[in-house]
Amino acid sequence: MVALPPCERPRLRCCAASGCRSAGARPLLAALRAAAAAGGTAPDGIAAGDQAADDISAGASAAPEPLEVRSVGCLRLCGEGPLVAWDGPEGTRLFGGLAPAAAAALVDQVRGLASLPLAADPALVSHQLDLEQPFFRLQRPLVLEGCGIVDPERIEAALAHGSYAQLRRVLHELSPEAVREQVRRSGLRGRGGGGYPTGLKWDTVALQPPGRRYVVCNADEGDPGAFMDRSVLEGDPHRLLEGMAIAAYAVGADHGYLYVRAEYPLAIERLRLALQQARQQGLLGPSIAGTAFALELEVRVGAGAYVCGEETALLHSIQGQRGIPRTRPPYPAQAGLWGAPTLINNVETFAAVPVILRQGGDWYAAIGSEGSRGTKVFSLSGAIRHTGLVEVPMGISLRTVVETMGGGDPDGGAVKAVQTGGPSGGCIPADLLDTPVDFESLLSLGSMMGSGGMVVIGQGTAMPEVARHFMAFSVNESCGKCVPCRAGTVQLLALLDRFVEQRATAADLEALEALCAMVKATSLCGLGQAAPNPVLSTLRHFRQEYTAALGPGS
Amino acid sequence: MSAATPVPAPGAEPQIHLRPGPGPCDGDERIARLIRRQGRQGDGLIEVLHQVQEIHGYLPKPALLQVARALRLPLSRVYGVASFYHLFRLQAPATHRCAVCLGTACFVRGGGRLAAGLQRRLGLALNQTRDDGTWALEQLSCIGACGQAPVLVLDGVLFSAPLLDQPKALDCWLTSLGLPAGVETR
Ligand SMILES: Cc1cc2nc3c(=O)[nH]c(=O)nc-3n(C[C@H](O)[C@H](O)[C@H](O)COP(=O)(O)O)c2cc1C
Ligand code: SF4
Ligand code: FES
Ligand code: FES
Repeated sequence: MVALPPCERPRLRCCAASGCRSAGARPLLAALRAAAAAGGTAPDGIAAGDQAADDISAGASAAPEPLEVRSVGCLRLCGEGPLVAWDGPEGTRLFGGLAPAAAAALVDQVRGLASLPLAADPALVSHQLDLEQPFFRLQRPLVLEGCGIVDPERIEAALAHGSYAQLRRVLHELSPEAVREQVRRSGLRGRGGGGYPTGLKWDTVALQPPGRRYVVCNADEGDPGAFMDRSVLEGDPHRLLEGMAIAAYAVGADHGYLYVRAEYPLAIERLRLALQQARQQGLLGPSIAGTAFALELEVRVGAGAYVCGEETALLHSIQGQRGIPRTRPPYPAQAGLWGAPTLINNVETFAAVPVILRQGGDWYAAIGSEGSRGTKVFSLSGAIRHTGLVEVPMGISLRTVVETMGGGDPDGGAVKAVQTGGPSGGCIPADLLDTPVDFESLLSLGSMMGSGGMVVIGQGTAMPEVARHFMAFSVNESCGKCVPCRAGTVQLLALLDRFVEQRATAADLEALEALCAMVKATSLCGLGQAAPNPVLSTLRHFRQEYTAALGPGS
Repeated sequence: MSAATPVPAPGAEPQIHLRPGPGPCDGDERIARLIRRQGRQGDGLIEVLHQVQEIHGYLPKPALLQVARALRLPLSRVYGVASFYHLFRLQAPATHRCAVCLGTACFVRGGGRLAAGLQRRLGLALNQTRDDGTWALEQLSCIGACGQAPVLVLDGVLFSAPLLDQPKALDCWLTSLGLPAGVETR
């Protein structure tokens, strides 16, 4: 959550997650800390640092109250980064795009030492962001409850915010079956793209013949334009670990892996730190929270292969092999890592578990819509005014997300389409924006929920080009195991080239459709099966752009 | 660069060298040590390769051979894994690397034009390295800076590209970043 209730002692929260880091959050955080430690107006650029901190602890009478400058996870409106929230007696104010040079001015305002009121402070006024705008107001943070509030590098902060309370309670009070019952009742479905009912998957693993079991967290988040899982990993890793530990208890696993893509170095670093802290606190390892339950978790780092997000490929990769999918059944729930039953869930799926146990499955199921319960995190990007992260109840309309919350086209033009589901999904045209965001509705339009990336496409982008963009991605990422995908995507790409270059024939259009159907029907894994989706959905909703690309004489 | 024989740390165990003397393999001891630390588990192969690449900047052949022996895996398995994953490099990296994001958000905001401009300017196709090893042009798909799209990463530093619709201005900007210009184009 970004806006917090008024608090007596003021505090600054500076987002230091990847999005804001790439916009300069680190020097800003350092400057804020230096200014806070220096007490008053800091001479530009010079950090009085440690010495000033000593003065404060020595109780120098002139020194003001120490001011907390907290490093936090994503504050949602990443496009305006780096973001800083100021909590005080009047509630929260939010600032975007501050340069380190403005840090002293902000600290002066917080301390009431500024000579000008905030509304007239030239260093700050144009940077203040409206927290009452729909982008913030319509959010319903459950998975992201702690993201932006807790310091992700301090387990004390997570504990104070309630992390691990459900794990302790579950271990002391509930049977594994009772935990699964709550998850079943919640109606939670996998957030990694497939939407498989989570409770059912947990039951399948738990009810396998006795023996070793594993839990695996899929943190490979490979869809371009998707950064939801990264925000959980970077902003509130303990919530994920708690959810995973509860899952392990519920299915009887004592060992697990978190498979994170190598492109997320900060997430990996924070996850490793969180694991270490949780072990020190007795919340992981042997005898957790004083019970007989034991769990070891390890981080495994990917190496840049998109297909490793597919669950069977991911399991191969964890075992040190090439990330090549295999046919299912057997499903990982039956035979996964080293042949043992393995529960594999997405980051967001696990991160939803603590709140489900805290509030009860029925409470969670009351949020969202029929068949799609609870909230979903989306990352908004592309041709849209407000780029960032939103968590909303499912069933909300695409229009609300894209136009009301996202602010529509940045230049005031009309939105052309919304791409959901990444390379496996499709494009939803503007005239269907009233569609509710849920698993079934998006599928019925030839797209899919996917993991939660939403890329808005503006009028200037031609749809055959979008289709070619995704096909090039699939060609690059096909593992090559089966022919329809390996060769079919290359041929599809060549056909799409002809449309983009306006030299296609009517026969090409027929071939395109036939080949899409063939690749979809005969590929081995989800990558190949879904690779034609961006083509099929743009053919369905923007067919005129393909026919207009037919060259002369056809 | 240096021709000095690696000096073992005081108290270090004697090492068996795959190939004595300096060369791309003078990280031997480090590799042996990291494999010992990792417990010689074949399933840790990807972790080991990550660490070897951190030492050398890429995966030299002798290092792959050493990894295979130490983990008791066939070289074909080690090579198969090393060549499968995009992030593992089997060749020494170029001195300067320019990577352009072609993820969907960047694409929608003109990443394609940026990539085309870079290709023209560096005289390289995507994922190609100059013969003299000075520059490489790479393609990324989403590094999570979608809010700043379109972005490029120049020697590890991320930049958000402005002015895509004005080729001249874009060129000036690329010059200010230090990208070489003046490659003949047809
Ligand atoms: C090509 C491909 C890529 C995938 N990438 C991811 C991913 O990055 N993250 C993820 O959680 N699931 C991904 N999945 C889905 C997983 O196979 C699997 O369904 C999911 O991790 C199960 O967890 P859930 O039930 O919690 O969603 C991918 C599937 C395919 C076919
Ligand atoms: S469909 Fe594509 S990615 Fe999947 S197994 Fe076949 S070749 Fe590999
Ligand atoms: S990463 Fe800082 S606001 Fe999202
Ligand atoms: S698409 Fe380029 S950073 Fe996400």
